[in-house]
Amino acid sequence: MDLFEFQARDIFEKHGVPVLGGVVATTPEQARAGAEQLLGGKPGVVVVKAQVKAGGRGKAGGVKLARSADEAAEKAAEILGMDIKGHTVHRVMVAAGAQIAEEYYFSVLLDRAERRYLAMASVEGGMEIEQLAVERPEALARVAVDPLVGIDAAKAAEIAATAGFDAEVAPLVAEVFQKLWTVYQAEDATLVEVNPLVRTTDGAIVALDGKVTLDENAGFRHADHAELEDVAAADPLEARAKEKGLNYVKLDGEVGIIGNGAGLVMSTLDVVAYAGESHDGVRPANFLDIGGGASAEVMANGLDIILSDPQVKAVFVNVFGGITACDAVANGIVAALEILGDHATKPLVVRLDGNNVVEGRAILSRAAHPLVTLADTMDGGADAAAALAAARRDAA
Amino acid sequence: MAIFLTESSKVIVQGMTGSEGQKHTARMLASGTAVVGGVNPRKAGTTVDFAVGDRTVEVPVFGTVVDAVASTGADVSVIFVPPAHTKAAVIEAVDAGVPLVVIITEGIPVADTAEFFAYAQAKGVRLIGPNCPGLISPGKSNVGIIPADITGPGPIGLVSKSGTLTYQMMFELRDIGFSTAIGIGGDPIIGTTHIDALAAFEADPETVAIVMIGEIGGDAEERAAAFIAEHVTKPVVGYVAGFTAPEGKTMGHAGAIVSGSSGTAQAKKEALEAAGVRVGKTPSETAELMRALLA
Repeated sequence: MDLFEFQARDIFEKHGVPVLGGVVATTPEQARAGAEQLLGGKPGVVVVKAQVKAGGRGKAGGVKLARSADEAAEKAAEILGMDIKGHTVHRVMVAAGAQIAEEYYFSVLLDRAERRYLAMASVEGGMEIEQLAVERPEALARVAVDPLVGIDAAKAAEIAATAGFDAEVAPLVAEVFQKLWTVYQAEDATLVEVNPLVRTTDGAIVALDGKVTLDENAGFRHADHAELEDVAAADPLEARAKEKGLNYVKLDGEVGIIGNGAGLVMSTLDVVAYAGESHDGVRPANFLDIGGGASAEVMANGLDIILSDPQVKAVFVNVFGGITACDAVANGIVAALEILGDHATKPLVVRLDGNNVVEGRAILSRAAHPLVTLADTMDGGADAAAALAAARRDAA
Repeated sequence: MAIFLTESSKVIVQGMTGSEGQKHTARMLASGTAVVGGVNPRKAGTTVDFAVGDRTVEVPVFGTVVDAVASTGADVSVIFVPPAHTKAAVIEAVDAGVPLVVIITEGIPVADTAEFFAYAQAKGVRLIGPNCPGLISPGKSNVGIIPADITGPGPIGLVSKSGTLTYQMMFELRDIGFSTAIGIGGDPIIGTTHIDALAAFEADPETVAIVMIGEIGGDAEERAAAFIAEHVTKPVVGYVAGFTAPEGKTMGHAGAIVSGSSGTAQAKKEALEAAGVRVGKTPSETAELMRALLA
């Protein structure tokens, strides 16, 4: 789960990472109040920053300086509602201004290839890190971090030295690196990035921006992480699926997909997309993995979500029964169609193979539901579902 | 031969007394695996009866992995404990000197995996998984949850991140059979990689040709492609799932996510093809490529 900057800022503060004051606002009025609070009646500067989970906010006009509370309200009015790379701005953060002497970069992330962590740091912060890595790779220090040790004082000093911080600044940033590691470890993050990390003219090191990704698998030991989720931004069908414990991703095609196992479902989407090439370009409408236990209830919940998607014209159920028994899946489909009754109005193509396949197919044949067609193979099922979706889209 | 697992493998099950552990222990026994013990500190000294065909197999439960290994000489442990307890279970197995630990559990925090992987690596222990279906050397041994009745022994080695795609591919090629099929798991950090499995298949005299199944996320397939070009002389066919996956969305497996331009199925396919691997567009086309190659 990616966090907003203001959420990252709060988590940084909780773990002692130096940050500036910041107030979240969803209206210009709130932005004015926030700026008043930060300025405390004195002259000064605040920064109004769009809160979207996308890079390049500054270039897109989502970050503006304001020299008074009134100006902060004006800037907030300009930024709120703006579209940045497909994300609508619903909130801004009004942040205290800083006198910046130098900008640095720091991140710690998962190194999948080496199966450990990687810390990256640079004395040339501010620019997009992908750009820095390409244009001046020598300016970006990359230091391996042992998961059994983490970033202790020695590792933090090594990172600072490798990045070329001078002797005066190195101990200051090293201290912040250790605190950012605390954030990474204590919060079960898979990415903590600060760009820019700055030195102010009075010599303080401050995290001016923050990007944090949290590991959703670790949710069981972080009860507080659930409230960080941006429920409003989630697709309504995805939100409903999540409530039901279903692994569902909304796409924008016409063929609804239900399958078991992440790999097989991904593959099913691809096979349907290929089949769609000869059927008017219809595409998969979603990813839905019903996992190992395809009970009638899980199947009904899954079908209900997919049939509620108005774009869906036909559904392809593709199950390879490994542990899952095909007769259980078939019973699930029959029961689901009963539960859904008149809500079930779209044709289903069902392909079953593997564990108890003969019984599974027999159950569906006996039920002879008018919406259900049996397919012998994955390719055949994908083709039939794509053809049905194309025909029904044209008819609509 | 086969890889990692042979007919002489002796297997213990950590989490055998739980519902998943019990169900799959029964299946492993039924497919001929030598399951010699289970581990549960609260049930040490008891036994669990499993019906295998028309006979009953009594499997002893030990309090610790050390006790289980001392009594049975087990050299493989398979782990079915819940995510919150998996790290401790893996470390216990590593400390007990088990050389191969297969972790079926899904949903483990990646920080835990990073830690127990580093710990196991330092002690020379091979981990398979987590979040994987395990591995099967048909007719010899079956550790994990792969159905044993899809196909039998044969000349193909199969390595895949995904469980059900492994089953699908075994099914497509069921008339030919497999030396070993191994599901390495869909998490961002896994104990045994495509490269490890490719190296083992290359060295295994029973394996004539290899199917490698990848999916979006990370660059494991690209690195495997480079390894194939350098070190694999046996023919390899490939399949990559996730061409239609949108950027920034996790597709079921924690590791299956396209971030920006990295981790795309297209890039993986191109890397494999550049290494001389024939890549199928669909599982069935991939199976046809393998069939043509063995004909």
